[in-house]
Amino acid sequence: MKTPLILSLALAMAAFAAPPVVIQNARVLTVTKGAFQGSVLIRDGKIVEAGEKVMVPPGATIIDAAGQYLMPGIIDAHTHIASESTNESSISVSSMARIEDAINPEDISIYRALAGGVTTAHVLHGSANSIGGTTAVFKMRWSKDAAGLVFEGARPGLKFALGENPKRSGSGASPSRTTPRYPATRMGIEDVIRQAFVEAKQYQQAWRDYQAKVKGGVQATPPRSDLKLEPIVEVLEGKRMTHVHAYRADEILMMLRLAEELGFKIHSFEHGLEGYKVAKEIVAHGAGVTTFSDWWAYKMEAIDAIPYNAALMMRKGVLVSLNSDDLNANLSTRLNTEAAKTMKYGGLNETEALALITINPARQLEIDKRVGSIEPGKDADLVIYDKHPLSSFARVQKVFIDGEMYFDRDRDVSGRAERELRKKALTDRQKEREKEQKKSFPTRRPS
Amino acid sequence: MRTLAWVLACALPLAAADNSLLIRGATVHTVSGADIAGGSVLVVDGKIAEVGVKVAAPKGVRIVDAKGLHVYPGLIDSGTQMGLAEVGSVRETSDVSEIGDFNPQLRAIIAINPASEHIPVARANGITSVVSTPAGGVLSGQAALVHLDGWTWEEMEIRRSAAMVLHFPFIETGGGRRSSESRRNVPFPEAKRIYDKKLADLRGFFESARRYRQAKLAALAGFRTDVKFEAMIPVLEGKLPVAIVAERERTIREALQFAEKEKIRMILAEPREAGKLASEIKARNVPVILGPTLAAPLNEDDPYDAAYTLPAELDRAGVKFALGTFANAFSRNLPYNAAQAVAYGLPHEAGLKAITLNAAEIWGVGDQYGSIDKGKWADLMVTDGDPLEVRTQVKQVFIHGREIGLDNKHLRLYQQHTKRP
Repeated sequence: MKTPLILSLALAMAAFAAPPVVIQNARVLTVTKGAFQGSVLIRDGKIVEAGEKVMVPPGATIIDAAGQYLMPGIIDAHTHIASESTNESSISVSSMARIEDAINPEDISIYRALAGGVTTAHVLHGSANSIGGTTAVFKMRWSKDAAGLVFEGARPGLKFALGENPKRSGSGASPSRTTPRYPATRMGIEDVIRQAFVEAKQYQQAWRDYQAKVKGGVQATPPRSDLKLEPIVEVLEGKRMTHVHAYRADEILMMLRLAEELGFKIHSFEHGLEGYKVAKEIVAHGAGVTTFSDWWAYKMEAIDAIPYNAALMMRKGVLVSLNSDDLNANLSTRLNTEAAKTMKYGGLNETEALALITINPARQLEIDKRVGSIEPGKDADLVIYDKHPLSSFARVQKVFIDGEMYFDRDRDVSGRAERELRKKALTDRQKEREKEQKKSFPTRRPS
Repeated sequence: MRTLAWVLACALPLAAADNSLLIRGATVHTVSGADIAGGSVLVVDGKIAEVGVKVAAPKGVRIVDAKGLHVYPGLIDSGTQMGLAEVGSVRETSDVSEIGDFNPQLRAIIAINPASEHIPVARANGITSVVSTPAGGVLSGQAALVHLDGWTWEEMEIRRSAAMVLHFPFIETGGGRRSSESRRNVPFPEAKRIYDKKLADLRGFFESARRYRQAKLAALAGFRTDVKFEAMIPVLEGKLPVAIVAERERTIREALQFAEKEKIRMILAEPREAGKLASEIKARNVPVILGPTLAAPLNEDDPYDAAYTLPAELDRAGVKFALGTFANAFSRNLPYNAAQAVAYGLPHEAGLKAITLNAAEIWGVGDQYGSIDKGKWADLMVTDGDPLEVRTQVKQVFIHGREIGLDNKHLRLYQQHTKRP
């Protein structure tokens, strides 16, 4: 009796499970395992097989990508899209502010990033504060609720910021602040971060003492929990990653030495526009850098930014990625051509350039077992382009996350007329309503 | 015989001149006509003397062997603050926005810093000339068309006054997403009042300028020179076009009506919702300077590619347009703005024209720049491929036939730090 029940359950589940998908005849750019003309088989949201010839299971959905290019979904290692607020600017250590509490799953930027081939994004706080808050990794599963966007199992992070932004918040020059706030210099920023870690260590010790007492059967009162210090303790214990907004070489070096002194690891420098000047030191620490392709001169600390930064750091052994830093999706719709710029400036090859927006950010965020390349066993997060993705003329055609199609350009374009009609109907109804309201409640001018 | 004598006479100075050369064996992309495979461009005294497959080399002329390479006209960025602004966040380095709403007398040309680091950086990617525009108030001042080369702004000058810049008033409520963090929210009635006043002031200013001109022409007794109104005379006489910045549909419509009523020559600048009015723009034959194609959509409910498809929309309607980056730091990305438009429906040759010939024509120098044609100035670049492709390298740049080095701050820092042990 048992077996048939399980069998019927399995059959029922099979009926509900999405059929396997085969993307055929594509130029497949795996990023980690070379490129070939062939197919990719997707089952249960995972890449099962990738090769010149793959077995097509019965009932499989076939997507013909003849003449098109298939690459892993783009990973945007630093963005602010979908976050309802960016900076908790009242204090300089706001580690208790959690970005995952401020995610708006209906932010159109999610869809637009998706339309640019982005399947995973690391959403961080802004850089107004020395310690900005906790960060999280999301998949661009447009239509899902906030919880449905979370990249399951990705290690959370903590955002730090150095240089002009936290300084400006301190100087009173920021439009959002009228009264000065400590710190207002790079010296002060180091001090604020050091103090926070010293406090966190004392807090950690208090908990350890308490736990030791409890273990020894001694009655004890637990320390008062501190939501500001807890994420910092998690950093000290290696449970939380560190992402440090930094521009200049001096502040990058400062942070490396501070981390080494206090006993924690820097996982990535965010922006790191002068990273090329201290590549050796960054490599020695084992940190990565996520940067821009060619931004410069928008502020003093970007005065020595060069478009060769990514390539130069990569050649010197740094794990480098490119990001959008978008507030509203803009660069995230075309990170592919941002990657192409590293071929022009610094001579990276195609695979290295693509790695900057796929496997490298995956490694930086330690999600590379799941995403970042086309390999059997990985999540089926894939993008189809009509031309080579490093061409200026390439356009995203289809995007898959966990094997599900979340973006289809043809569908987007063909649905536009209908969306316009629906919008018009809504605005017409609104106008009607306003008219009626005016009839029943004529506006009276105050005498 | 006569030709021979000419060649003989010119042989010596030609050999010595640094603005004469023959580029040979390249694919010549004239922009005005068909591409010439295995073509040559002869430059004599800074001007294009011959273009074709078989071009004889005058004796002693410098030969540039460009076999397998491509020759294009130098690119023109139709919107920048080149030389007026250096570091975005540092007030002291910006001369873009003056105080006051009506400053037609201000001239960008005299404030252009020829030593700006932005100049060699943009030039290294084939940008040979730019329009540098003031941006303050309503009537911001006069934009200049300049070469990205010269020891002084006088030497950079192509047209010291290429257009009067007018930021057409609109109802500025600020607001939108995250307004608390970036912009001040202005209640609608207050915003409307400010707008009404600015518009009335603008009309009044034109009216006063017109009366001023009449008074001047009539040599009325007691006539006194007014610097601001003086600067308006070329505008009123249709000699100087007015680049009217208008972003949204309503503002564009009002700007078009204003230009018609005031009988001024209009260039529509930085429109975002121009697609909706393409036929009206075409009907009035107003040329357009588009802002960056590489941009997010203006509205939340716009299609994700709204900025990418706008050039193609205008092109289909027959509107003449050129592209501007409106950001010095990204001027070098001018060709990629054209490329994005091409990826989203603009014919490739229209994309190239938007950053060369169309720009030259709109700025009134189409007879001298913008294409590789006999008689035009030799602003040229040699590349290893399509300049619209990011991966393409610019090998050489010429301005008025003189080779301009591609050295720039970024390259220097790169070379310096590559060598760090």
